[in-house]
Amino acid sequence: MKKLNIYALIMTILFVSCSKDDDPVAVNEEEVITTLTVTLVPSDASANIILKTQDLDGDGPNAPVVTVSGDLKASLAYRGSMKFENETETPAEDITLEVVEEADEHQVFYTVASGLSMIVTSTKDDSAGNPLGTEFNLSTNVASTGKLTFTLRHEPKKPNTGLADAGGSTDIEATFDIVIK
Amino acid sequence: MQNFINFRIGSFNHYMKLKLPILIFTCLLVSTFKIYSQNCTYNFSGFVMDSHDQSPLSNATILIEGTDNIVVSDSNGYFKFSGLCQGKYSVSVSHLKCKSKTFSIKLDGNIEKTFKLEHHINELNEVIILGESDKRSKTIFENKISNELINNNSSSVLGDILKNVSGVSSINSGNSIVKPVINGLHGSRVDILNNEVNIQDQQWGIEHAPSIDINSIENIYVIKGAGALQYSGSAIGGIIIAEPSKTLLKDSLYGKTLVFGGSNGKGGSIMSKLTRTYQSGWFSTIQGTFKRFGDFNAPDYVMSNTGFIDKSASFRIGLNQYNYGFEFFLSHVNNEIGILKASHASSAGDQIRAIRSETILYIDEFTYKIAPPKQKVTHNLAKLKVYKRFQDFGKVTFQYHFQNNKRLEFDIRRGINKNTSSTDLRLKTHTLTLDFDSNLFEKFDFKYGIKGEFQNNFPNPETGVKRIIPDYDKYDFGTYFISNIKLNKNWLLEGGIRYDYSKIDALKYYRKTFWESRNYNNIYSNIVVNELTNQVLTNPVRNFNNFSTTIGLSKKINNFSSVLLNYSIASRAPNPSELFSEGLHHSSARIELGDLSFSAEKSHKIGLTVSHKKNNISIVINPYINSINDFIYINPTKIEQTVRGSFQVWEYMQTNAQIWGIDTDINYDFTEKFTSKNQISFLKGIDKTNSEPLINMPPLNFKNEISYKNSDFNNLIVSIQSDFTFKQNDYPNDNFEVFVPTTGKMELVDISSTPSAYHLLNLRSSVEFKKENNIKIKVGLSINNLLNKSYKNYLNRMRNYSHDLGRSIILNLNLRY
Repeated sequence: MKKLNIYALIMTILFVSCSKDDDPVAVNEEEVITTLTVTLVPSDASANIILKTQDLDGDGPNAPVVTVSGDLKASLAYRGSMKFENETETPAEDITLEVVEEADEHQVFYTVASGLSMIVTSTKDDSAGNPLGTEFNLSTNVASTGKLTFTLRHEPKKPNTGLADAGGSTDIEATFDIVIK
Repeated sequence: MQNFINFRIGSFNHYMKLKLPILIFTCLLVSTFKIYSQNCTYNFSGFVMDSHDQSPLSNATILIEGTDNIVVSDSNGYFKFSGLCQGKYSVSVSHLKCKSKTFSIKLDGNIEKTFKLEHHINELNEVIILGESDKRSKTIFENKISNELINNNSSSVLGDILKNVSGVSSINSGNSIVKPVINGLHGSRVDILNNEVNIQDQQWGIEHAPSIDINSIENIYVIKGAGALQYSGSAIGGIIIAEPSKTLLKDSLYGKTLVFGGSNGKGGSIMSKLTRTYQSGWFSTIQGTFKRFGDFNAPDYVMSNTGFIDKSASFRIGLNQYNYGFEFFLSHVNNEIGILKASHASSAGDQIRAIRSETILYIDEFTYKIAPPKQKVTHNLAKLKVYKRFQDFGKVTFQYHFQNNKRLEFDIRRGINKNTSSTDLRLKTHTLTLDFDSNLFEKFDFKYGIKGEFQNNFPNPETGVKRIIPDYDKYDFGTYFISNIKLNKNWLLEGGIRYDYSKIDALKYYRKTFWESRNYNNIYSNIVVNELTNQVLTNPVRNFNNFSTTIGLSKKINNFSSVLLNYSIASRAPNPSELFSEGLHHSSARIELGDLSFSAEKSHKIGLTVSHKKNNISIVINPYINSINDFIYINPTKIEQTVRGSFQVWEYMQTNAQIWGIDTDINYDFTEKFTSKNQISFLKGIDKTNSEPLINMPPLNFKNEISYKNSDFNNLIVSIQSDFTFKQNDYPNDNFEVFVPTTGKMELVDISSTPSAYHLLNLRSSVEFKKENNIKIKVGLSINNLLNKSYKNYLNRMRNYSHDLGRSIILNLNLRY
C-alpha cells in the first residue's frame, strides 16, 4: 500500500508538471523578405516599368514569381527605387524602412550582364556618405537584352569596390531579364 | 614566454646528453633482476602505504621479479623477506585496484624500505565487488582515458580529449563545438553518460556540442558499439561514460586546482575542486570551472568571433557504505560560444565565394567579445541515487534525474530582432531507473533494470523565426536483462536483451506549401489540428517498439592474451530533427527537410578484440563491421529558389549502410624511461542502396607518440606526438550549380571535395614538485601544432570558410593538496 502511494505520487508529479499546455502559437516570420519591387520612372513621362519578384512561401518549396512589366527604351534615363516587403504578414511589412534605418549595415549592388547596355548608379547614401543603393539612376544606351541583378548585402565591408569585394551575407538576390528597345 | 620555452628545451637537451648513457646502463642492470653472490642471509622488510595519506595497505603483494619469492603485507602494511642474497633486485608491488609499481633495491645488509602506491580503497559503487568486474561489457573492449590526460587538457572540450582513443574522431563546427564520432557514427547514435546520467541536450544537431565540463570528470570510458545494454539500446555508435572521482572511506579533506593558459585565443581556465570525506562513508565534493578565450588564430590569420566563455560548477554529497548509500549530484554547465563570422553564409552564392576564396573572407582585430552568430547553452542536472545491498540477493539501485537544457542560437539579424535569439529551445527530461545487480548465483551474474523517462521540448516562439524542432512530449520506457556465465576458467559467455518503447507526441506547424508538396495533406489529414492562411498546425504521434540484443564470448588464451567477440543488435528511433525538420537551417545555409514516416534504424555490429600484453609490449586490435538497416542520413536533392537566391535542399532519407573498419593500439616500452604509443583508426562507410560512400566518414588516421619519463627527476615527462590524417578519398558528390550574377553564368558549388592530408606535431612536457604538507605541484608545458601547420579538417563544418587552428603554447599548473 505504501509502495503504491509512492508510485502514485511520483507519477502525479511527473504528469501534472508536464501536462500539455494549449496549442503553440504560430510564428510569423518577421524578417523574411518575400517581395522585391523595383519601380523605374522614365524621364520621358511614359509608363513606369515595374520589376517584381515575389515568393510568398519564403523558404518553402514554391519558387519566386518574377515579372517585368515592359521593355526599357534605349538612350533614356530612369529614376529607380526599391521596396522590400514581407507579405507573410497582414498588412505586409515594409522592410525598406528597416534597411534605410540601418543604412550603414546594408548596401544594394547592381550587376549588369555584359551585353546589356546600361549604367546604374546609386543615389541614396548612408550617414557616412557610402552608397546604400535603395534609390538609383539607370541610363540605358543602345538596344540590347540581358540580365540585371539586384543584390542586397547585410553587413558588407563599407566602403568597398563592388560586389566581389563587399563580403557580408546576402538578404536579396533577384535577377530580371531586361529588354532595351 | 619565449625565453621560458628556450630554457626548458635547452635544459632538457643538456640533461639528455649527460645522463642518457648512464640511464640506459642502469636500466639494463635492473632488468637482469639479480646478481648472484655468496652471502644469502639478509632480511628485506618494510611497509606498503597509500601515497595519498600514508595509511597502511594490507594484502599488497610484493614480488621479487625473476624469482618466485612473494609475500603479502599484513594489516599494518608490513612485509618481510628473509634469507636473501646480496645483490640488486627488482621488486614489484601490487595491490587490488592500485597501479602496480616496480622499484629497484640494492641489498648489501638488512634493509627496511617503505613503498607508496596510488591507492583508493573502497571506491564508490564498486566497493569490493569482484576484483575484475567493474567493466560494463565483458565482451567489448573498453577504452579508458586517464585522469592525467584530462588534467593535462583541462581547458579542452570533451570531444577533443576523446580523440586519444583509437576509432574515435570528432565532427566540429569550428574549434569549440566538437562532437565525438565513434567508428564513424555520431549525434543520437552516441550516448554520453555523465555520472550515470544519459545527457539529454539536443544531441541531434552537428553544431550542438555535449553539455559537459571535463573538469568534473575523473575518468572516461569509451565503449565502441551498443553492447552495454544497461545504459541504452539505441547507442549504435557507442557509449561514452564519464565518471566523477571515487571518494575515500576515511576522514580527509583534499583538493586540486588547475590553472591553464593558452597562447592561441589568449585565454585560459581555472578549475578548483574540494572533497571532504569521512570514515563513516559520508562525502561531499564541490567543483567549479571558469574558462575564457578570445578569437583563435589559424596559422595566417585571426578567426574572428571564435572566442568562448565557459562557466561550470558541480556539487556532490552522499553516503557510501558497503550495504547501503545514496548520492545527490548537481551540475551546471553554461557556455557562450562564438561562431566564426566568416562562416555566415546566407545563400549558395555566399558559399561559392567562401569556397573559392584563397583565404578567409572576414578578418577583424583580435577581441574577447563574442558577437552574433553565437550560441548560449545552459545545462542543469540533478540526480538522486539510493542503493541497498541485500545478502545473498544482490544490490538494488534507484535513481531519479532531472535535466534542463536551454539552447539559444543568435544569428546576424536586422531591426528590432537584433538581440533576440533565432533559436530558443528548452528541453526538460525526467528519468527514473531501478536496477538490480544479482548476487543469487555463484557462476551466473545478471543485472536487470527498468527505466521510465519523460521529456518535453519547448521551442520558444518569441524568436520570430520558424521553429525547426517542434513542441513535443516524449515518453520512454525501457527494460533490460544482461548476464554472464563463466563457462570455465578461460571462457566467459555474455548475453543481454533490452526492450524500449518510445512515444513522441508533437505539435508542429508546417508551411502549407510544404505540407501539400509532400502530399501530407492526403496521407496525414487526420493529424491536422488547425489551418491558418500559410501554415497548418498538426499533431503527429509516433510510437516505436525497439528490441536490442547482445551476445558475446570472452576467451583468455593465457596470462597475456585474450580474445573478445561480440555481436550486438540495436535499434534507434528517429530523433525529432529527422522526423520534423522543415526549413532553412541558418547555420549551414541549406534547407533541411525531415520525414514523418521514418522507421527506426537497426544496427548489427560484430566486433572482435584481440589483446596481448606482455612485459613491455601491449597490443589491442579491434576489427568490426556494422550493418545498419534504414540508416537515416541527410542528402541533397534539389535547388530551391528564394528571394535571397538559391539554396540547396537536403532531405533526410533512409538507406542500408555498412561501416567496417579496424582500430589498433600498440604500446611499446623501449626502456623503463622511453615508451611509445601507436594508434591507428581506419574505416569505410558505404551506402549500399545507392552504391556510394557515406558522407562525413573520418579518414585514415595514425597517431604516434614517443615519451621520455624520469621518475627520479621530478617525474619529468616529455613526449612528442605525431598525428597524421589522410585525405578522405571516399565521399559522395553533393556538388550543385547556381547562377552567379557577377559572372552571369551557372557555376559549380563544390561543397564535397575533401581537404588534403596533414601531419601535426604536438609536444607535451611536465615536471612534478612535492612540497611539505602533502602538496603536489605539477607544471606542464605543451605546444599544439608545433610547426604552425596550415590545414583543413574534413570533419570540420567550417572547412569551406577557414583553416584549422594554428600553433598554441600552453602552460598549465596542477596543484594537489
